[in-house]
Order: sequence, then structure tokens, then C-alpha cells
Amino acid sequence: MRPTKVWLIASKDFRIFRKKTSILYSIIVFEVVVSIGLPFILRRVVETTGARAPIPVFIDSFSFWFVIGSAMIPISIASYSIVGEKVQKSLEPLLATPITDEELLAGKATAAFIPAIISTYIGAFVFMTLVDQFTSARLGYRYLPNWNIGVILLLLAPLACILSVGTNVLVSSRVNDVRTAQQMGAFILMPFAAVYVLSEVQILSLTISTLLLMSLVLFIVDLGVFYLVKATFQREEILTKWS
Amino acid sequence: MIDVFNLTKKFGDTAAVDGLSFHIDEGEVFGFLGPNGAGKTTTTRMLCCLISKTGGEARIAGYEIGNKPDSLKIRGIIGLVPDNVGLYDELSAYDNLDYYGQLYDCPDRQRAENIEHYLRMMDLWERRNDPVGGFSKGMKQKTALARALIHDPKLLFLDEPTASLDPESSKMVTDLILELKRRGKTIFLNTHNLDEAQRICDRIGLLKTRLLTVSTPEQLRRAVWGTRTVFELKEINESVLSAVQRLKGKDFTVEGNKIVVDVADPAEENPGLVRAIVSAGGEIQFTTQLNPDLQETYLRLMEETK
Repeated sequence: MRPTKVWLIASKDFRIFRKKTSILYSIIVFEVVVSIGLPFILRRVVETTGARAPIPVFIDSFSFWFVIGSAMIPISIASYSIVGEKVQKSLEPLLATPITDEELLAGKATAAFIPAIISTYIGAFVFMTLVDQFTSARLGYRYLPNWNIGVILLLLAPLACILSVGTNVLVSSRVNDVRTAQQMGAFILMPFAAVYVLSEVQILSLTISTLLLMSLVLFIVDLGVFYLVKATFQREEILTKWS
Repeated sequence: MIDVFNLTKKFGDTAAVDGLSFHIDEGEVFGFLGPNGAGKTTTTRMLCCLISKTGGEARIAGYEIGNKPDSLKIRGIIGLVPDNVGLYDELSAYDNLDYYGQLYDCPDRQRAENIEHYLRMMDLWERRNDPVGGFSKGMKQKTALARALIHDPKLLFLDEPTASLDPESSKMVTDLILELKRRGKTIFLNTHNLDEAQRICDRIGLLKTRLLTVSTPEQLRRAVWGTRTVFELKEINESVLSAVQRLKGKDFTVEGNKIVVDVADPAEENPGLVRAIVSAGGEIQFTTQLNPDLQETYLRLMEETK
């Protein structure tokens, strides 16, 4: 596999995404709500409750939004990246060039992965800065960064992103319009949303060991999805069954 | 340039292409004619290494289709214009071509030169920075042709390049193909447009899952129809018919005041026929050589295979 070809395919998609305002807005709106909106909710909590104890629980729960985000953002990107090629009928001339199936798959995956991870990390930086700003006086120390958000950003978020990209490649192979692909791809968010709700109602505690266990499970699921995607993403399959 | 032997493609139990064998020389324009579902696009996709073959062999410039390392080399020396142009509407004409030039490993300087050369050739240079989404169908087709040529391929596959174009755009694209032919490109053309095939192609293959025949348009017409001369007389009488019968036996028909005669060599036989008719008292008003066009030939051959 030639990295230059992978990057070429991904960078072409980046150029197209820049012109798709719906993709840009969906990323920006999500990151603004999570990175700025949640810390302000936290500030309100700090102002209205006198106790220090619930603040770390809220911060840990809110941090999990960056896992949800890294799974959510690739849904719109991967759908445009693959279904967009199907809609524009550009897969046939693209597949007639001297690139391999693996390079094309890796290029498409990179195109969805990089914006999702970069926006997640930028959002997380803003989130951590604001959270510390609003809570350090009450807590007496800066709560973030900590090991929890370290595992979330360095393990869980990339793994969730890979799962989302893979799932959306599979979904995109079966549908012919972007909206359907996005709606079907959104089912991947359900387990992450369930974890968040369970943590909010304090049935599940997002400790380091819980987050590491979730990362391991996600890694195994990612491997399974990777093999499925690799089996699906075959030149002949794409041309005769996808389009 | 292309050698195909017994090439077969099946989807499940259904043969899309069955036992094709043909050869295409370098610099030749080869037309592939056939109805919808005849296997034209399937054959093109096999030759472009986009789908696998079920049986048989095919070589392009010595490289074998179906062999993975050779497939990459084949895709590097061919250009394809599929039936749907498949351009990126959001990108400009220049960016579309630049992207493909890079996919084909075209060096930076040569790529820039080729983009300018082909966009100027297609009369699109002034519109190079416009998104192709705003182009007309004809302009998109020309951009797709430029894209297929960006790496100077030895062999060009064109799948219905003038389908759904208006007559003006269609002529523009056909003229471009003729220009490429003059420049010595080998062209494999799938088409429904029989006038186009007649005008452009050196040889034609008629396909209906199996290859029915391969020959030049002229040979094809002769093989199917032979050559016929029409004598239009002021009046036809028995003595004129007897005179023609003495020369041609049963190889003629009478349609009103016309006698239609099958002739193997018009230059050799027509003077004798004229003399015979005039000697028998016939007054010839007009003489016409019948040349059925490719469309009639095609329809007759397709009818025979039903």
C-alpha cells in the first residue's frame, strides 16, 4: 500500500468536504455544544450546588461525549465520501486507475477519520480549558486533564471513530443515498449513548478500569468490522453490486 | 494491442459474455456494437481489469488480465470514459484532471502541461477553474475524455461516449475521437450509434453475448446484403424481364417500375445489364447503386440471431 495514494484520495475528499457546508456545520455545531455548552452547564451546577462531590462525576460523564462525538462525526463524512462517489457515478473511472482496493479503502477511511479526530481533540482542548476555569476554584485544583480523559481521547475516541468509519463503509455499500446512509449509520451511536446515560444515572461508573475494559471490547469489535469491510470492499463487488 | 481468446463472464448461471475471441491492432479504432445487455460494458470492464473473467484469456500490450500485478500495469496504460462520466461536480475541471493525473503517477510538470493541452484541445481552458457541476453534458463528456487522456494512455476505452448528447455535442465528441485516431491512439468504442461507428471505426464487432462477427463496416454490409443495382424504367415489359433473366437467372426482383438486381461486381456487370435492357426495348430513366447503411445491416443481423 502506497501512503501517497492513500493521502491523495483522502485529500481530494477533504477538498470536497470544505465545499459541503452541511458537513462543516454538523461538525462545528456538535463541537460548540459539547466543548462550550457542557462546561457552561457545569458552571451552573457549580453555582447552584454547594457540594464538591458531584462535580467530578459530571465532568467524567460529560467527557464521554468526546467518544460519542468521534463516533458521530464520521457518519456524515463517510456517507458523503462513499455514497457521494456512488451518486456521482465516479467509482468506475476511479477504480480504473492504477490504485489498489486497499489504497482506496484506506483513503476513504482516512478522509473520515482525520477530521473527526482533529475536531474531537480541538473540542476536548476547549472543554478542558473551560471546565478547569469554571471548577478549579470550587475543587481547589485543576481536574482536567486526568487519566480518564487521557484514555477517552487516546484510546476510546479513536477506536469509536474506527468503528464508526467501518460501519459506515458497510452501510454505504448497501444504500444509494446519503441521508439513508447517515440514518442507518447512526445506529452505531446507540451503545455509546447507553453508556453515557448509565453513567449519568450513576449505574455505571466511568473509572479508569471501566474505560480500559471498554477500549478492549471496542478493539475486538473493530477487528471484526475491519475484516468484514475488507471482504466487502472488493473492486468487482463495488462495481457490480454497489452502484 | 488487445488479444482476446474465448473470454467468458458469468454472473451466477447467466453468461453475460460468452467465448469472445478477437484481436485489435495498435492504432486501430474498434467498435463494439450490440443491444442493451449484449455484454459490451461487461467486456470493457473485464479488459480494464475492473471485474474478473470467468474463463478464457485476454492480453493488453502483453499484460494478462486477471493477473493482479499485470492488472495494475494495464490500468496504468489505459484510459476509460465510462457511460456515466463520473466527474466530481464540486471540483473544477482543472482539479478533476489534476487528481486523476496524480492517481496515474503523472509527474508534476508533465501533468500541468497535459492538463493545459487537453483542456485547450477540448476548448475548455477558459472554464478550467469552474466547478464541473455547472457544465453542460457535452462539456462534461469532453472533460471526461480529457481525464482519460491525462496520462497519455496507449489505449482508450470509450463506453457510449455520445449517448444522451444533443446532435451538436455528439458531433463535437465524435470529431475529437477522430482527432485522437489521427494521433494514433488505439480506441475501443462501445456504441449504439451506428452512424458514429460507421464514421469512426476501422473494424466493428457485433456482440450479443457471443461475438456474431468482426469486420470492416463495408465488408459487413456486403456480407449481409451483397451489392444491388436498381434500374428505374419508364415501363417494364416481358421482353425486358426475359433479357435480365437470361443474364442473372433469379437474382433480381421487380418493385413497380424498378428492377433490383443482385450484382457481385457492379463495375463489371452493370454495363451488360444496361445493354440487355435497352436492347429489349426498355427505357432506363435512373440507375442507382444500393448501399444499405450499417443500421439496416445491424438490425438484420440481430433479427437473424433471435
